[in-house]
Amino acid sequence: MFSRDNWKEIFETIQKNKLRTFLSGFTVALGILIFVVLFGFGNGLINTFDDFFGDDATNVFYLFPGRTSMPYKGYKSNRQIEFENDDLADINKNFALFLEYSTPRISRGGLVKYKEESNNYTTRAVGPAHQYAEKTIMMKGRYLNKEDIKNKTKYAVIGRLVEKDLFGTSNSIGEYIDVAGSAFKVIGVFQDDGGDREERYIYMPYTTRQLIEKNTDKLDQIIVAFKPEIGYVGAMAFEKSLDKFIREKKYISPKDQNGLFIRNVADQLKQNQQFARVLQLIVAFVAFGTIVAGIIGISNIMVFVVKERTKELGIRKALGATPRSVIGTILLESIFITTISGFVGMLIGIGILSSLGEKLKDFFITNPSINIGTAIFATILLIVFGGLAGYIPARRAARIKPIVALRDE
Amino acid sequence: MIEIKDLHKSYQMGSNSLHVLKGINFSVKAGELVAIMGSSGSGKSTLLNILGMLDVANSGEYKLDGVTIKDLNETKAAKYRNKFLGFVFQSFNLINYKTALENVALPLYYQRIPRKERQEKAMKYLEMVGLKEWSHHLPSELSGGQNQRVAVARAMASEPKVILADELTGALDSTTSYEVMDLIQKINDQGNTILVVTHEDDIAHMCKRIVYLKDGVIIKDEKVKQVRASEYV
Repeated sequence: MFSRDNWKEIFETIQKNKLRTFLSGFTVALGILIFVVLFGFGNGLINTFDDFFGDDATNVFYLFPGRTSMPYKGYKSNRQIEFENDDLADINKNFALFLEYSTPRISRGGLVKYKEESNNYTTRAVGPAHQYAEKTIMMKGRYLNKEDIKNKTKYAVIGRLVEKDLFGTSNSIGEYIDVAGSAFKVIGVFQDDGGDREERYIYMPYTTRQLIEKNTDKLDQIIVAFKPEIGYVGAMAFEKSLDKFIREKKYISPKDQNGLFIRNVADQLKQNQQFARVLQLIVAFVAFGTIVAGIIGISNIMVFVVKERTKELGIRKALGATPRSVIGTILLESIFITTISGFVGMLIGIGILSSLGEKLKDFFITNPSINIGTAIFATILLIVFGGLAGYIPARRAARIKPIVALRDE
Repeated sequence: MIEIKDLHKSYQMGSNSLHVLKGINFSVKAGELVAIMGSSGSGKSTLLNILGMLDVANSGEYKLDGVTIKDLNETKAAKYRNKFLGFVFQSFNLINYKTALENVALPLYYQRIPRKERQEKAMKYLEMVGLKEWSHHLPSELSGGQNQRVAVARAMASEPKVILADELTGALDSTTSYEVMDLIQKINDQGNTILVVTHEDDIAHMCKRIVYLKDGVIIKDEKVKQVRASEYV
């Protein structure tokens, strides 16, 4: 069945029936191609979700004060809640067991000047631990430290793009920039994986910002990080008790939805990852559907091929072809075409995926890729079912009496 | 070469049974050129199909070259057909995407003859039917007469015991018919046994013996003086 002569006969048939070969090959190649690309997109979606949270620490809570919406303990509703320095100190004291680090954050926009260049940037007045919360990567110089906070130094750490905008190619370290009327010495330049927006921030000690603003002790936000070893359940418990603690301290009703907001990155990450998994499941289901459609397509073509060849098979049988050789001819031909075109489709699909890389990032697809094992498995699945789909009509054709087959026009 | 005793064949058409062959007794010796004649519906094609193992009889005995042909499964029938028989059909039945040479070589492929030998042999038979120059043409590029000669070459290629021809001139005009019959006569002259089914009187008389079939029985079986087709060409 596998002699060189048989193969030669099959090659000749394939070569001389180009349209037929093309049709069946195209169906299979397209099926696999779509499967590989879709499946890769599913993975790209998951990569995007992972990336979203990759540039910030995931063991972090962001605490935002709000405006109360219900009266509580003698306080009227519609009262603006504000954080102060002693709130941060109390959190550090009461939750030392859970806390890894904490930092305040005060955001202000302002015009920043250096010599002839000027631009509007957002400044973030923070503590040293902010570097970990944002996963800020230092390129040059240093980040803010405890001494800066204590001495309320007028030091600034600027983003890579701020340096590029204001300084061009010259060195910024040690130079003085004008931030909304105050001179700050640049002590460091950072980069951030979070994108361009993140690289246009300017960091300064939060105590310096408070000094500029009439020596206030107000804070915009408080960022706290829990120890990773307390785990997901521990983090949830921590969030709950933190919420309770601040509500009690600030006289916010436990039922008030607007007085206090806590953004739990770990919880969001988990939810988003679940969402991504569900999406991938849907994508995988669609991709599997494509494979099934491919199998149905190749089956149809095989039925058509056998029908078209009925007379030829009749002639072959009259000339001495055994049923086995009739089945073998059809089957080997179909398996040969599906194998070649299946793997071609698979390789094209993988090629498309790897050439895309980051190009579809705007559509939430990052580095789409498919596990080679999955791709090969799908291809083999299609080949096996393509073969099976060819076998049934081939067996029927082999059973037709030559006299009937010869009469077929 | 061929021996048939009391051959019966009927077709089941719904509830009716159509008795086509009603006890045929008939034998052919080696080297004979026999015409089976009859009007349509006389059972001549059915008889030829049974002889060609393309169809099976309900009862009766059939011996081909001393081998009793019975209880055939498809595989066995295919092997016997390949070994004993060569077919020439009215509609040529060449494979349209294969060249003349490849068509002639096809029965040899099923005899598992190596490729090179196959092509040499096929070329030899094509030369014999005068189509050596046309060996690499497709059937669609050849005339009807040329196609039928390719078909004759194909029937010859496997060097069968018997060549069965079913209305081989049916699709040809009379000049081309005589050319093909001339070829058949020449092959017969070399000692090959040939059975020709026809309803044309002139074609039948170019054979050496005519068997008349009517309503499933042989009504006349006579030796005739052969008319050479070359006289008309």
